Amino acid sequence: MSQYHPPVLDAKFILDQLIGFDGLCEKLQLEDINIDLADAVLEEAGKLSSEVFAPLNWDTDQNPAQWADNSVTQSPGLKEAYQQFVDNGWSTLTAPEEFGGQNLPQVLGTAVSEMWQASNMAFALCPLLSIGSVEALLAHGSDELKALYLPRLIAGEWTGTMNLTEPGAGSDLAAVSTTATPDGDHYRIKGQKIFITWGDHQMTPNIVHLVLARLPDAPPGVKGISLFIVPKFVLDENGEPGERNDVYPISIEHKLGIHGSPTCTMAFGDNEGAIGYLVGEPHKGLPYMFTMMNHARQGVGVQGLGISDRAYQQAVQYARERVQGKNKDGSKKPIIEYPDVRRMLLTMRSGVEAMRALALEASAALDFAHADNNSKEKYARLELFTPIVKGWMTEFAQELTSLNIQVHGGMGYVEETGAAQHFRDARILPIYEGTTAIQALDLIGRKVLMDGGVALESLLSDMAATANELSASSNADAQAFGASFAQAVDKARAAKEWLLTNAPSEKELSQAVCFDMLMAMGYLCGGWMQGRTLLAVIALTDANDDVYGEEFLAKKRISAMYYSQCLLPRALHHFGVMVQNPQALYEFAVDQF
Amino acid sequence: MKILVPVKRVIDYNVKVRIKQDCSDVDLSNTKMSINPFCEIAVEEALRLKEAGTASEVIAVCIGPKIVKEQILAALAMGADRAIRIDVEEQPEPLVIARLLAKVAEQEDAGLIMMGKQAIDSDNNQVGQMLAGIMGRPQGTFASVVKIEGDEALVTREVDGGLQTVALKLPAIVTADLRLNEPRFTKLPDIMKAKRKPIAETTAADLGVEVTSTQQQLSVAAPATRQAGIKVASVDELVDKLKNEAKVI
Ligand SMILES: Cc1cc2nc3c(=O)[nH]c(=O)nc-3n(C[C@H](O)[C@H](O)[C@H](O)COP(=O)(O)OP(=O)(O)OC[C@H]3O[C@@H](n4cnc5c(N)ncnc54)[C@H](O)[C@@H]3O)c2cc1C
Repeated sequence: MSQYHPPVLDAKFILDQLIGFDGLCEKLQLEDINIDLADAVLEEAGKLSSEVFAPLNWDTDQNPAQWADNSVTQSPGLKEAYQQFVDNGWSTLTAPEEFGGQNLPQVLGTAVSEMWQASNMAFALCPLLSIGSVEALLAHGSDELKALYLPRLIAGEWTGTMNLTEPGAGSDLAAVSTTATPDGDHYRIKGQKIFITWGDHQMTPNIVHLVLARLPDAPPGVKGISLFIVPKFVLDENGEPGERNDVYPISIEHKLGIHGSPTCTMAFGDNEGAIGYLVGEPHKGLPYMFTMMNHARQGVGVQGLGISDRAYQQAVQYARERVQGKNKDGSKKPIIEYPDVRRMLLTMRSGVEAMRALALEASAALDFAHADNNSKEKYARLELFTPIVKGWMTEFAQELTSLNIQVHGGMGYVEETGAAQHFRDARILPIYEGTTAIQALDLIGRKVLMDGGVALESLLSDMAATANELSASSNADAQAFGASFAQAVDKARAAKEWLLTNAPSEKELSQAVCFDMLMAMGYLCGGWMQGRTLLAVIALTDANDDVYGEEFLAKKRISAMYYSQCLLPRALHHFGVMVQNPQALYEFAVDQF
Repeated sequence: MKILVPVKRVIDYNVKVRIKQDCSDVDLSNTKMSINPFCEIAVEEALRLKEAGTASEVIAVCIGPKIVKEQILAALAMGADRAIRIDVEEQPEPLVIARLLAKVAEQEDAGLIMMGKQAIDSDNNQVGQMLAGIMGRPQGTFASVVKIEGDEALVTREVDGGLQTVALKLPAIVTADLRLNEPRFTKLPDIMKAKRKPIAETTAADLGVEVTSTQQQLSVAAPATRQAGIKVASVDELVDKLKNEAKVI
């Protein structure tokens, strides 16, 4: 299948030039950590991802995980790959030193995660979920739970899962009905969870399930859900996996994509009741989920980025090789020479670069919030980014992975080329970890209307400053970019005002326009990152930089200009639909469908 | 026993080599550079000997300007204990390199010098042999297996006719061939630790070696581009073309 080239240099460029990695490390008081170290880390992660995980991607797709006798066996090759991942310390990257982690900034973790996701998303979901359980325990677990579970999870000796969804509780987690009954120093968990990613496998001697359930005295709805930890094997007095707990995968799904990732129906407590331990306080499960959500949701956005880049790389390779049609002199023409094929490739490339920069900006927002003692303002910026990264990037990934198929023509529709796999794999991204609708509602409701648009205005004024800087430049490209970007920022401001004025009085308004607002904000944020890229490129070119080189900088410049010419207008379109408040949507009655 | 491993900074093996417009040299501006793959194999072998308890310390030596620190760090991250950089402006000729290494090997009292058989940039395949000559030590070149038994190194060499195993009295020089081992992936914690490992700096003058050159590079040229293939109509035509056009049979 297609070769994967990890984007080491581009990630380094963004970290160094747009994020200010060295300054961030200083703020975080990380001695000895700088862009050179980040570069070395990216380089090594790139090696492992391209040489070990990427070659397994297609095999994993063709040989899905297998279920038999309440037990799941992962696709061939993954156990060894996982062992290599763990042996090389990659599971420890961003975790705190206290529990055996390397304490590196989240933003570096994100740059590295992109490579795991791009090379083998189905596999990389497993460590991604482990990080989720680590985050939950770190933030809310008792010292005892932390001491028992964190070092093993961080070292990758055990993996973690997230058990939220039930047949009756998907987007609406308030409907969770799994129960937890006190039983001595622990609880007995009973109920069924569905769609649990990597719910079972044979790669590690234990699996740590984080489970949402209700205590007997729980108030109904969102305020009555608690978070529990349920190990596959209950720990003995030495903290080692002991007796088998009463939690079993009773089936796995047959899915469109991510075949290597077992999606399990988990039965908790079909026999004596699964032993579980309360994490944090009773009834706080959902608020706890929200504290981890920034990381988990952004992580899924990064999957959209990774898989889009993989699709792009494959498309370029094919477009160079496939000949169709002839030049005037009779020689055969590779399809890459056709402007429409180049349009597709450039849409992918420019989109991927914008997404990468946004993903790193958003995850650096988490670092900057930490560095600033979670100041309200910094935290609000992070929270604002999260639904945009998750929602927009995973939706955009649908188009970009589909373009890869289009570039391949008929061969793209045929499984053997592997183009279809990326498209199939990407399709889950706008669904899990909260559907696009849920992201859009989060953005418009919790992140914009709730604070009266303050966090959004702060972001828009940063964007306006970038627009001014671009317009004030003596460089013609920058001026052109600045003009179209300023226009987009104005549109955003008008849309914000319109929303704040009209949402309170119109019952369904925010729900009806949230998708367009999400997409508009995505393309706008992408434009912001591309605009900043252009400024950095101009500065480096003027300074005769020799770190990135002329060719790299030239490509970045053109990619940024393509974004402003062809992708940024999509923000105008979506803001336009939003403020038009399409009446037909309200008019068409439910029973008219 | 200390093992000395020379590592060279070269153009990355994945990079398509470009030539300067005036054909004076290979264009290395903004080009990805790495440890020479054969040197990497040598580092790996030294580390395995250390892990097996045969060696006590692995010391990487790199000759070049400050920038070679990147490759030194890579060798330290793989697991070398410490490093020595010999500061020179430009890459010296093989003979000078061998002289510099001989001095360091003496100073360090190295029991084994484990090195790549050649560097993929200049493809000289000379330093190991010259070093053995200068130091008056036995050499095992093109190694595909290295074993240490007592005060001997048993080196299996890839020669034209097959494999040859030689026993070398230590201290000795061994040069690594491609199949000696597969270098490990560097571990994340080791990347972090590498920054704290000692790197000593020295100069050719300190070592009492004069950096002279006896060769002059006149020009470099790109390989001729490959001609497009053709279809032949019959076996006879194929044989005819092989004989008369390609002149290979
Ligand atoms: C492969 C896979 C892996 C998964 N992994 C996990 C896992 O590890 N752990 C876990 O707990 N869950 C997991 N899930 C479950 C996943 O998070 C849910 O499927 C998802 O949240 C959607 O819930 P649902 O399927 O019940 O769809 P529904 O909630 O029924 O949604 C159906 C449609 O209705 C829309 N909708 C629903 N509510 C609203 C609303 N209020 N406003 C507007 N539109 C709305 C949705 O956007 C969607 O388009 C996984 C699912 C899959 C398929």
